[in-house]
Amino acid sequence: MIKKGIRDGIPIGLGYFSVSFSFGILAVSNGFTWWEAVLISMANLTSAGQYAGITVMAAAGGLLEMAISQFVINIRYALMSVSLSQKTEEKFKGIYRLILGFGITDEIFAVAMNTAKEIKRSYFFGLIIIPYIGWTLGTLAGSVCGNIMPDVVCDALGIALYGMFIAIIVPSARRSKAVLFVVAVSVVLSCMLYYIPIFDKISSGFAIIICAVTASALGALLFPGSEPD
Amino acid sequence: MDGYEFLLYLGVMAGVTYLVRVVPFILVKNKIENKYIKSFLGYIPYAVLAAMTVPGVFYSTRYFISALCGFITAVILAYFGKSLITVALSSSVMVFVSGLVVDCF
Repeated sequence: MIKKGIRDGIPIGLGYFSVSFSFGILAVSNGFTWWEAVLISMANLTSAGQYAGITVMAAAGGLLEMAISQFVINIRYALMSVSLSQKTEEKFKGIYRLILGFGITDEIFAVAMNTAKEIKRSYFFGLIIIPYIGWTLGTLAGSVCGNIMPDVVCDALGIALYGMFIAIIVPSARRSKAVLFVVAVSVVLSCMLYYIPIFDKISSGFAIIICAVTASALGALLFPGSEPD
Repeated sequence: MDGYEFLLYLGVMAGVTYLVRVVPFILVKNKIENKYIKSFLGYIPYAVLAAMTVPGVFYSTRYFISALCGFITAVILAYFGKSLITVALSSSVMVFVSGLVVDCF
């Protein structure tokens, strides 16, 4: 299972490399050293939260501001852990949840939920490895060698993550009308929040919560019991 | 910001992020039986991914057109049930190639 996890983690790792590469560039341009940038990535493993975090630090904001912004941006992980806890194998508890829970990200969560009826702890461990390495090395590369990598390569790395999302969504939406409905609602809401100017103030982390909660709640009300295993 | 201050901020940042992930993970021990809540939680991953993908994917590259090529490639391959890695890498290659083509003009 650990091997399957590692294999499934490769596309996430590739995508993370490019996303954290740009995080590294941004951190250094905000006055952080390369090792500070790498330390932030290794300790947090989250994109939106880290961007917000270095903004607070660079502006010398308060510790409370730091805590609240991280809480609001990352609260979606709480929703995901509850979802995940419903699908984990019996052995995946206690200390394993304490340790492996660190690796819950949007992408790792989605891939884990998509794989099997039951999420094995060995699979989840394997799944985390490559994304973690990719996230760390990408930050290192971005903060050290900055703009050396050609744009066309960054673009290609950047879409890998989305390609993976699509590979998860489309087959399930094809099989289940309920999933198709949830996806459609979420996409419409997400576009509204993105394009309508009055929603400008909503952070991207919070926008995901609004879309996901509304679409899933509607889906649950209209199609209870139709979710994929 | 000196080293000590940096570590303090980093500690708060990483601490909050970790707790948000792990506290619900260890508190929820039992399987939820309510069918509405079960369905809600089951739909969450698709809703999250959909919201992250659209419209973000169209602005993930320098050119809208190359992002669109990558997006369409991914949707078609995913529709025919190709694996995660195949879909992801194919859309990367498509973005790479279309990016080079646009660069030439």
